[in-house]
Amino acid sequence: MIPSKEELKAAQAEKQGSELSEKISSATVAVCGLGGLGSNISICLARAGIGKLILIDFDKVDITNLHRQQYKASQIGVYKADALTENLNEIAPYVQTEKHIVKITEENAVELLKGADIICEAFDNPVAKAMLTNTVLEKLPEKYYVAASGMAGMDSPNTIKTRKLSDKFYLCGDRVSDVGDNIGIIPSRVMLCAAHEAHTIFRIIAEKFDV
Amino acid sequence: MVKINGNDIAADGKTVAEYLESENYRMERIVVEINGNIIPKNSYAETLLKDGDTVEVVSFVGGG
Repeated sequence: MIPSKEELKAAQAEKQGSELSEKISSATVAVCGLGGLGSNISICLARAGIGKLILIDFDKVDITNLHRQQYKASQIGVYKADALTENLNEIAPYVQTEKHIVKITEENAVELLKGADIICEAFDNPVAKAMLTNTVLEKLPEKYYVAASGMAGMDSPNTIKTRKLSDKFYLCGDRVSDVGDNIGIIPSRVMLCAAHEAHTIFRIIAEKFDV
Repeated sequence: MVKINGNDIAADGKTVAEYLESENYRMERIVVEINGNIIPKNSYAETLLKDGDTVEVVSFVGGG
């Protein structure tokens, strides 16, 4: 039996406190890229009762995604935005979602992201990461922005950190481990970085702006 | 001196573009902030680094 909206809300408040739960339920977060970072972050935010998720990804689920991304084997070939919306509806049926199957560019970013309180960068491609960061910081300076760089390979979990680089710009990761250096990408270390991003988002929602 | 990514560097007088080139940064992967303000990519060539500036150069790496 699926619990009612009120029952789930009460359960979240019991675990997170009613004040924080209330704030979480009125926040809108845009997740840019729904891979190892974005799928984990979205599920974490949804479980806590986030008000609304704007889910953006142009790609489909590939067999090589399954080891670190929150999709099922039965979803190979499905657009990630569709597959994640389906999974979120099962996990957290009352979370509002808005999906966009599109590649984010300098040209369409403002239109896609203007409805969000907090923008989360969760791409894997470093050029796309830099493009989105430059675009958001230049064109949407009023938004909180949480990005990630460096979570590939088998280094210690303790090298993953969150830094506050300017007033509304947070960067998670070790800043050096590049998947392009053929060091592999390991699900647990991606989850660590995803958890840093998700927790930074919760802290911003809680108005705890330091790191 | 200019504080770049936490280190004091004698880069004052250089433009952002000159400093980035001298350090072999890959231009398509980076974001530059000076004193907490984003520097648009098309301003790198005319933005001078000044004594006392705090600069953050983010050079994104792949994975996610």
